[in-house]
Amino acid sequence: MDITALLLSRLQFAFTVSFHIIFPSFTIGLAAWLTVIEALHLVTGRPAYRLVFEFWLKIFGIAFGLGVVSGIVMAFQFGTNWSELSRMSGPVQGPLLSYETFTAFALEASFFGILLFGRQRVAPWFYLFSTAMVALGTTLSAFWIMVNNSWMQVPVGYVVEHGVFVPNDWAKIIFSPVVWVRFPHMLLASYLTGAFCVAATGAWYLLRREFQAEAQIMLRMGFYLAAVLVPVQIFFGHLTGDYIHDDQPAKFAAIEARWYDEQPANEVLIAIPDSRAETNHYALSVPVLGSVIASMSINSKEVGLTDFPRQNRPPVLIPFFAFRIMVGCGLVMLLLAWVGSYLSVKGHIERNRLLLWCTFLSFPLPFIAILTGWFTAEVGRQPWTVYGVLRTANAMTPFLTTRAATISLAVFSAVYIFIFAFGIFYIYQLLREGPVGRLVVPPSDAIPNRPMSVVKHPVTPTSRGLVAGE
Amino acid sequence: MILYWAAVLAISTLLYVLLDGFDLGVGILFGVTHHETSRHAMMSAVAPIWDGNETWLVVTGVVLWGAFPLVYSVLLSAFYLPLLLMLAGLILRGVAFEFRHKTERMRWLWNASFAGGSLVAAFMQGLTVGALVEGLPISHGRYIGGDLGWLSPFALLCGVGLCLGYTLLGTCWLVRKCEGEVRDMAYRFIPYLSLGLLAFLIAVFAFALVENLQVMSRWLQRPYLFAFPIIGMIAGVVLAASIRRRDDRAPFPMVVVIFAAAFGTLAISFWPYMVPFSITIDEAAAPHSSLAFMFWGAGLFVFPLMLVYTAISLLVFRGKVENTAQHY
Repeated sequence: MDITALLLSRLQFAFTVSFHIIFPSFTIGLAAWLTVIEALHLVTGRPAYRLVFEFWLKIFGIAFGLGVVSGIVMAFQFGTNWSELSRMSGPVQGPLLSYETFTAFALEASFFGILLFGRQRVAPWFYLFSTAMVALGTTLSAFWIMVNNSWMQVPVGYVVEHGVFVPNDWAKIIFSPVVWVRFPHMLLASYLTGAFCVAATGAWYLLRREFQAEAQIMLRMGFYLAAVLVPVQIFFGHLTGDYIHDDQPAKFAAIEARWYDEQPANEVLIAIPDSRAETNHYALSVPVLGSVIASMSINSKEVGLTDFPRQNRPPVLIPFFAFRIMVGCGLVMLLLAWVGSYLSVKGHIERNRLLLWCTFLSFPLPFIAILTGWFTAEVGRQPWTVYGVLRTANAMTPFLTTRAATISLAVFSAVYIFIFAFGIFYIYQLLREGPVGRLVVPPSDAIPNRPMSVVKHPVTPTSRGLVAGE
Repeated sequence: MILYWAAVLAISTLLYVLLDGFDLGVGILFGVTHHETSRHAMMSAVAPIWDGNETWLVVTGVVLWGAFPLVYSVLLSAFYLPLLLMLAGLILRGVAFEFRHKTERMRWLWNASFAGGSLVAAFMQGLTVGALVEGLPISHGRYIGGDLGWLSPFALLCGVGLCLGYTLLGTCWLVRKCEGEVRDMAYRFIPYLSLGLLAFLIAVFAFALVENLQVMSRWLQRPYLFAFPIIGMIAGVVLAASIRRRDDRAPFPMVVVIFAAAFGTLAISFWPYMVPFSITIDEAAAPHSSLAFMFWGAGLFVFPLMLVYTAISLLVFRGKVENTAQHY
């Protein structure tokens, strides 16, 4: 076993999976939103919806493509770098990921083609149906991934036979309470990502005084959705914290940077945790609040990291800071969504340039929150790959050499940075260009208060550039 | 149950080879094309379906993990570097579909990544199959060959062979989907590619004789195996005839038959081994509870549905590309 190869493999997994999650979390939310927009367009016939749809579909296309190609890597990486894990937990994780691929990936990949290229070839209702199927596919994909990861966090429903995890109760695995708080948490995070990206784009156009009608749709829909979802998300975040408190006490203590048992417990708001000295520097903490957050009581005893032998403790710095960054992003999003919705209802949002600027600049927040949330979950699970039963060091491919691991990390880094840079640049170009010049001018008898009149003269795309493939 | 999943694995592998085979082949051909209009037509011939095609690779991967975790862990860790390069190739060609249209000035870059990525991915796939046929150093269910244990002249030869095969599939797809210049070019290439593939098959056969590969002895034990090469040969004859007649629709199905015959030959000559000749299907299979769980949902209902999806998307985008391209 090669220590350097282990470190490199962990870095590689962290890098590739972090890169990957950016795109699905964006596309899951966007797909659901596109379905709503397409349905609104079908019902109202308002051309602005069609414009908004076509515009975001192009961006969806790029993000989806990046998600697909970076996802293929994930399907292989378990085997290449973590052969012991894949041999031992294959009977549990393999079927879960099979369901992911079978139900989700197949739906997405098949109907996505129709979305991009099939507008003229299928009936409008079937086009809407295809959009909904893509959205369903992305959601199912998230579901199975969360079942899989939740099993690694809190393994249930299995026995160990001949060094292999043999599942004996699939209902327990799939209906584990952990799944049903973490899956909604992830799904809501994706919807919020979509909402904030859309709202930020709308704000950008309003700042530039362009595409007013489309920008208003984007901004309002984004704000209203976020205003409802952020509080729900915070509630599910709290439930997620509860499962960590009950099932992964070491992770909980690491997130709280709590070194010794405390009763009642303090809540460390901010500090610099020091694993070697087993203490916090420059700590700012609130008495009793730690017990309230952890157990909803004012004098509960909360465990500290020193209860666990050193070799069973997770690193503290990353979960501690990642968690705080995530929560911080969530609170800023809550504030923005509520103020934005309030001003939208009052009807003069386009005049409040400060808020528009803040909204425009807020688009990285949901991504940062998702990444730091995953860092908290995954780094906090260490030193285990399957919590409490399989150590990360024992999960790795035993004969993997430092040389091979270095080459693969270098290749993946180079390729990913390369395509990421271009992908982001092209998405930026599309956003900057805006929803322009895709539809013919509505016929003169399609007066605004008779939107259905457009139906008689179906809006037709201009000959070029309806979608990514021109 | 084990047999069912072995069959699903075989079907999805074959589907992957056939479906991604033609779009990888089109990618390789892309590298020898210089006219922007031809390139555009070639891209259009595969753009709506490549993503669905590549899904079958992931299907193969996860079925292998779920149903035969031992083989998944042994093969993927053994082929660390070839798989890395294959994935890098697939990524670079995959993003080219989206990125190519976004730029005029940088288009050469995505043209290169599309052709180069396709070539590397095809080569690596052939190489791994070749190394597998030759036999990997495995002891007690673990690969022991080191970083380059898969590397051999035979594996490299198979890499070249699969590139030829995929390119042939690609040309036949283009003949079916395109008109004009692209179709003419494809027709020009087909005879050379077919002869190249034939030469490759003869070389493989000779190599197997000289090296006395274990596969050979199984051929002598199982003479019914010769049915497959015979089917392949008949398809080859029909292919030649249809090219002479310039019948656009026939060549692709014939090459599909040739690929299926070659695949069948390999699969049955390995039987009952999954990793020849060290791990059998039964040894590799996951516990019954895993296979049954996969069977009663994914296997029984979703797998047939996936075949239907694939058929639907091929149907929706049937016909010549020029007729379909006008709207985008």
